[in-house]
Amino acid sequence: MKNEALKNISIKELLLQLADDDFIHSYRGAEWLGLAPHIEEDVASASISQDTMGHAAIFYKLLEELGEGDADRLAHDRPAKERRNAIILEAANGPGYYMKDPDYDWAFAVVRNYFYTEAKAIKIQSLQSSSYEPLAEVAQKVQMELYYHLMHWKMWFVQLLGSHHADAVSRMKAAIDKTLPDFAGVFSLGQYGEEMVELGLIDGGIQKKWVEAVTPIFESVGLATTFKIGMAKGDGRNGVHTEDLEAALETLSEVYASDKAASW
Amino acid sequence: MNVLFNEMTEQEKLNHFIARIEAGEKIEADDWMPEDYRGTLIKLISMHGISEIMGALPEKEWVPKAPTLNRKLGIMAKVQDEMGHGQILLRVAEDLLKPCGKKRDDLMQDLFNGDLKFHNVFHMEAKTWGDAGLIGWLVDGAAIISQTNMLGSSYGPYSRALHRICAEEVFHAQHGEAIIMALAEGTEQQRKLVQDSIDYWWESLLLFFGPPSKKEVGSSKQDITIKYRIRTSTNEELRQAFFSKYVKRILSLGYTIPDQTLRFDKESETWIYRQPDWGKLKVYARNEGPRSQGRLSLRRISYENNKWVREALAPKVM
Ligand SMILES: [Fe+2]
Ligand SMILES: [Fe+2]
Repeated sequence: MKNEALKNISIKELLLQLADDDFIHSYRGAEWLGLAPHIEEDVASASISQDTMGHAAIFYKLLEELGEGDADRLAHDRPAKERRNAIILEAANGPGYYMKDPDYDWAFAVVRNYFYTEAKAIKIQSLQSSSYEPLAEVAQKVQMELYYHLMHWKMWFVQLLGSHHADAVSRMKAAIDKTLPDFAGVFSLGQYGEEMVELGLIDGGIQKKWVEAVTPIFESVGLATTFKIGMAKGDGRNGVHTEDLEAALETLSEVYASDKAASW
Repeated sequence: MNVLFNEMTEQEKLNHFIARIEAGEKIEADDWMPEDYRGTLIKLISMHGISEIMGALPEKEWVPKAPTLNRKLGIMAKVQDEMGHGQILLRVAEDLLKPCGKKRDDLMQDLFNGDLKFHNVFHMEAKTWGDAGLIGWLVDGAAIISQTNMLGSSYGPYSRALHRICAEEVFHAQHGEAIIMALAEGTEQQRKLVQDSIDYWWESLLLFFGPPSKKEVGSSKQDITIKYRIRTSTNEELRQAFFSKYVKRILSLGYTIPDQTLRFDKESETWIYRQPDWGKLKVYARNEGPRSQGRLSLRRISYENNKWVREALAPKVM
């Protein structure tokens, strides 16, 4: 492949990963609306999910500008096998449907939100000096909102684990054990990862930096820091996904798909 | 409070209180107030607050399904605002409840056991994306009319909360109108979504303002709220204002209103309309509307599922 073509593909792949991650993450957050532990938290996490959807929209827009098609189509009209999000982000919030019997787990929400936001912060930090300038520019804006998101989820993480409340601690530990075995999917840059790093689009070694960032937090609440991070269910960056994503896509594109040509 | 005030008789205190509100003064949470004033405010504000929260649910149902990125962002923002309104109002209600020894948790229990009601409109189903738009356009539109009526409320904390809330409600109505306009200018199927929504919601919108007088449902709070300067206009005046604002607008989009008798009578300068089935207000108040139990159950599930979180965070008040 010619250098220029490889560069273009790497940029698009990276943008798809960033967009799809935030899009599905925000979707899972939106399912929590009205169901958070208290009203104050509902307002706060709704605001975070909204920012995150805004970030997804920014990344899809960059793809649109690269000629990848309409941002709304990219968000709503790509089958699971074309999605690049990490598998852990598509995992359902818990059993049940958000409109009827949502048996959601706040511990899983806190753990996944905190872990993901920490990883995103590391990526966005690096993207600010990306060789792809449009991306470097938007990274600045995302960075500012992310500061607050990270603070919020870190606070929940520390508060629940530091509560010395046996039930809360064991739920949180279970959520960590559920999240880590698939969490490497968030760090993966997919099959063009090496090129992305070589081209200076983003720095490699995200996982190592993530471990360094969360280690003191884990220590502060007395958690062991032997991280068993894996990709048990596969690499979402390469189009490997679960039924959870299929179901989510069906819901989130229900209206869009009822008439794809219409203006909504 | 000074010594002199404490030496007054109850009647003198009441006279003093009435004189204050008639002079346009604001009553604050720690001021002396007659029991029926406090009781009326608690009912009104906790119902308003819990209605904002229950009212976020019909649109929340459409957040994940909103058809474009911008619509997803818009409806998310609106749902967040509504929860925020609920939060502000419940805090106002909590301050009033303090002397009665009740807290947020008690309000939630009251909601679950049916003692605390929420507005009739939020017992209805939001079956389509058209409903999601119509709620913003007309339900929020109606809410603006009824809330503007209380902006000058004699109770300071409520008046201040309403100022903040109404400013945001204006954006909600614009958001809803934008959804409706896109549908109205769209395909046949999209246009039909709007007509179906108007047909489904019309009666609820009339019920929303409450009965014209006691005789329709057996009781009405409007007399006492007007006496205490919590509000100014009557239910019927508000409903008339709603007609004046929206009937033309709906018709000009080429839609019909499901009431053949609806017309503006020039002589009396009032809208003549078919009375809604007032009995339905009682049905909804018993939580027997189409979606009452479904939405209550969502709140119950969330309350039960997150019990461990509240316990872990105790003694912090939730
Ligand atoms: Fe509101
Ligand atoms: Fe509103």
